[in-house]
This record gives sequence, C-alpha cells and structure tokens, in this order.
Amino acid sequence: MIPAFILQHAPALLLCVPMLGAFATPLLGRLGAGIRNAWALLAMLATLCVAGILTSEVLANGTLIYTFGAAAPSFAVPLDSGGIPIRIIFAVDAMGAFMALSASIVGTAVLLYSIASQKKNSGQDGYYGLLLLLTVGILGMVCTGDLFNFFVFLEINSLAGAALVAYRVDKGVAVEAGLKYAVLSTLGGLLVLFAIALLYGQYDALNIAMIASRMQFTLLDKVALVMLLVALAMKAGSVPMHFWTPDAYSMAPSAITAFLVVASQASLYGVFRVVFSLYGLALDCLTVGWIIIILGVLSMFVGVTMAIPQKDVKRLMAYHAVSQTGYMLLGVGVALAVLGNQDLLAAYGNIAMQGGIFHIINHAMYKGLLFLTAGAIFYRTGTRNLNRLGGLGHSMKWTMIFFIIGALAIAGIPPFNGFASKLMIYESVFLFNPLLSIIAMVVSILTLASFVKVFHSIFMGPALPEYAEVREAPLPMLIGMGILALMVILFGVFPQQVVDILVAPAAAALTDQGGYIASVLGGA
Amino acid sequence: MAAIVTLQTGTGFWNPLAWCIAFAIALVFAYLIWMLGEKDPGKGGDLVRPYLSGNPEPEKSAVHLRGGNLYWGFTEALHGYYSRVTPLHSGILTDYLLWFLGVIAVVLIMVGVLA
Repeated sequence: MIPAFILQHAPALLLCVPMLGAFATPLLGRLGAGIRNAWALLAMLATLCVAGILTSEVLANGTLIYTFGAAAPSFAVPLDSGGIPIRIIFAVDAMGAFMALSASIVGTAVLLYSIASQKKNSGQDGYYGLLLLLTVGILGMVCTGDLFNFFVFLEINSLAGAALVAYRVDKGVAVEAGLKYAVLSTLGGLLVLFAIALLYGQYDALNIAMIASRMQFTLLDKVALVMLLVALAMKAGSVPMHFWTPDAYSMAPSAITAFLVVASQASLYGVFRVVFSLYGLALDCLTVGWIIIILGVLSMFVGVTMAIPQKDVKRLMAYHAVSQTGYMLLGVGVALAVLGNQDLLAAYGNIAMQGGIFHIINHAMYKGLLFLTAGAIFYRTGTRNLNRLGGLGHSMKWTMIFFIIGALAIAGIPPFNGFASKLMIYESVFLFNPLLSIIAMVVSILTLASFVKVFHSIFMGPALPEYAEVREAPLPMLIGMGILALMVILFGVFPQQVVDILVAPAAAALTDQGGYIASVLGGA
Repeated sequence: MAAIVTLQTGTGFWNPLAWCIAFAIALVFAYLIWMLGEKDPGKGGDLVRPYLSGNPEPEKSAVHLRGGNLYWGFTEALHGYYSRVTPLHSGILTDYLLWFLGVIAVVLIMVGVLA
C-alpha cells in the first residue's frame, strides 16, 4: 500500500529525492566511500520507485497536475490571477511519465555500474552528486509544464552533463570535450531562453498549456519555434549539429555516456513537446514535419556511415547514437506531417508516432547497455582502440553476451526490442514515403555491419598475450549491464505489452493537445 | 497467448514467440547435424592443422584481423563521400557553432517562407 502523501506529492518527490541525494552526497562522502555509494544508490532506487508510482498513477488516472505553492497541488489557476496559471506547474502526462520511467531505469543501472567502474578514481563525491543532479535535470525537463522551468532544468542538465564529460580532468581531451559540450549547450540554452521571452512577450504567460491555448502562430511565434526546435535538436544530437556528440560521448566515463544518451533524449522530448503540445495544429504541420523528417534521415545516414570507419569503440557507438536518434525523429516527424489529417493519422501516423516513441525507450536500454560494455572493456584493458583489442571473448564471456544482446538490438535483429520499434517505423513510414522506409532499412543493415566489426575486433580471435591477465568485469558492473540486457529482451519478447501500457498512451498524450490544455487549465 | 505477444504494426504483425520457437527448432536441427560429424577429431595431425598452401602456420596472436582492416573496401568505394564528410568533423568548436547557426538560418527560411 502506497502512502497517500507519496501519491499526492509524487511529481515533487520525483525531483526532491535525487536533489537531496545530490546535495547530501558530498557531505556523506566524508563518512566513507561505502556510506556515500550506498546513499547515492538509495537515492536513485527511491527515484526509480517514485517514477514507477507516478507512471502508474498517470496511466490509471490521466495527466497529473502539481502546482507548487498552491493550497492544493491540483489547484493550477488561482481565482485572482485572471485565468493565468502563475505558479510553477508540473503537468505529467503519459509521455512525461514514460520518459521519467525510462530515465530512472537507466539511471539505476548506471549508478550500480559506477560503484565498480569508478572505484579506482578520485573525486567520487562530485561524480555521484553530479550524476544525481543530471537525473534532476532530465526528470525536471520531462515533468514540467512551465517553459521557463523547462529552461532551468535544461541548464541543470547541460551543466551537470558538461562537468561529468570533463570528469577525468587528468585527460586534457576530456576537459576539451566538456568545454565543447558546455559552450554549445549554453548557446542552445540562450536560444531557448530567447524563444521563451518572445512567447512570454506575446502571451503574458510561461505555462505551456496557457500559451498553447492562445497560440496565434505569428511571425514571432515562428522565430521562437525555430529557436526551440533547432536548439533542442542540437542538444539531442541531430545531424548536422551532432559534432559535439562523438567528442563528448567518447571522453565521458562510460557510465556517464550511457546516461548522456538519456539526457539527449530529454531534449528530444522537448522537441516533441514543443511541436505537439505548445504549437500543435497551429503549425504548418506538413512543413515542420518534413523538417524533422529531414533531420532524422540525415542523422540516420550520416551517423551510421561515420560510425563504420571509426577505430575508437566509444566514438563508433556515439555515431550510432546519432543514427538511432534519426529513427525517432523520422517516426515522430511522419506523425507530425499528417497531424492535421485524421484519416492518415489513423492509417499510419499513430503507428509511426508509437514506433518513434517506443524507439526512445528501446534506444535508452540497448545503447546504455552497449556503452556499459564498452566501459567494462576499457576498465579491464585500458584501451578503446579497436586495432589493439581482440580475443576478449575468452576472458569476458558475460560482457560479450551483453554486448551481443545490445548489438543485435540496435541492429534491429529479432527478437530484441530494437526490431519491434523499427518494424513499426518501417511499415508506417513506408505508407507515407517508401524511400524513407528503405533508407531506414539500409541504415539498419549498415548498423549490423558496423557492430559485426566491433564484435570481431573486440571479442573474436585467439586470446592475445597482452590481455592474458584480463578477467571478467566486476559484479556490480555486470549487474548494471544485466538489468539493461533483461529490459532489452523483455521489451523485445513482449512488445505489444509495452506499446499498450506505456507507448500508446504516451503517443496519444502528445497528439491530444486539447486534452493537455484542458488538464492544466480545466474550464479556464 | 498469441494475442499477448503479437505486436500489431498497423499493416502487419510480429510475433516474437513464434520466431523464438522457429529459432529453437533451427538450433535443434543444427545440433543434430553437428552430432553427425566426427566425434573426436583429435588434438593434432593433418585433420585439425590449417592448410596454408604449404606455408608455416603463424602464431595465433598474429592472425587476428584488427578492426582497422575491416570494411576497407566499403570506405574506399565511398571515398568521395568520406573525403567530404569526414573533414566536417574537425573537432573545432567554432565550426560546430557555425553549423548550428547555419541550420537555424535554413530552418528559419523554411518555416518563414513555407509555413
């Protein structure tokens, strides 16, 4: 039985728990590494529990509104405010809950993995504190119903992410990668802030639902849309603004890289929230849909072709992360392009949307898993260079199995989860434009080819003398990988359950702009 | 049970359970065929020694194909593409910023003119 207090305040607790965890971690670190690690893990597990509770509440009762500072959390519009929701409001619909749950699962696996992978490193107080702060940023972005609040969490996300990329300060390139990430994120953040200012200047409101209800799609709204769209697409790692991705992903500790994928997905969520909930049918859906589709196709193709010649396993995987983001943009872009046409939306738009959203959680799981396996290999061998690695299948069998699961999933091989979401995208996008679907399939084939190369380079061949002493990764790292591998298999074997329970409600919540507005403003 | 695991994809469906069963049957057949083979080829002799046109067999560690050797033909065939796209990933921050601002300009024109 869940206490009523937790049920009532779940949206606030979702942020309070990791925030408390983050700020208390350096203090508890003074009592000992074991206590600090246990505290950080406890905070992340509690966050996962709250995310689970919140998701089940949202799926059972619809969008959850939480107004900070109000007499009652659901009291969004004060009587004397002229119908404007003036307080910070969290509006957690099925899409937000879906993202929060996905982030919390990966966050838990990453933190568990970090306990072993960071054991030899210094500065762990800051590491765990920043990891939990990054969690706060991600969860805040996907839960808030307030544009300025979204910007604040975007900044928390960016700053914590940049600091974690540069975590290995003894390596100059890591600091350089962190700086690039920070500068680009800051520029993106400034554009988001400027766009919010444009909208605030016109509509006297910062609440997404309020602005959406008044949206005129003026010239200034178009400028704001472009700034929001491009800045968030850049943060999501979309081509041709993806250049920071291989630099940052390859230099960050592997556990952090796995979580940076989720951080990027929070920005992707921002793109979807802006076009569907903030602008909705006020947009020229076909034009903006095609812009997102073009970004998606470019991301898919350039990402995978740049991955193939890479020799650094993490750079290679980073390019694949870019490529997979393209599938999500493609699926959701097609849905946006036909948003105004109910017949086409029913014929294939909804499935394309569901495929794109399903791919978000699938990608978080298998890409997180792949980065963790890369980290385990680096942890044991001290290199990420594919030209130096080989024969590790003899000594790191569990890591190899987890890698195979992740690689087959990302390549869209049945029965793993990547296949299910890609199949939904292929079939629905084919009805929209066959060429796009064919490109998506070719990209999957190239992805498989690329991971065959990685598998061969790292695990196959005779045991090499330089790695004669290499042993299997430590148990916490294996457990972290195992959690994600299990999710990859379960989501692949029971895809319809995931679609019915999580994905379809999330897709429906995004396309139902009227429902989103009504949930916040009620009859106002 | 079939309804539980069957994914509806709009125009078709996908049943992972059926695929797993088919895969398991294929594995059983593969195992049976393997069982028909030589039970104990022994650890030495001509039967297990690789034939390299009479050349001596190199050390095991010397025959592993490294990652950089794979897909050389692919990248060579797409040399024109790679020679243009790879230099764009210069690692220079100002280049990244330029691309970012360039995309804003292009999308601004697309949204401003078309939408």
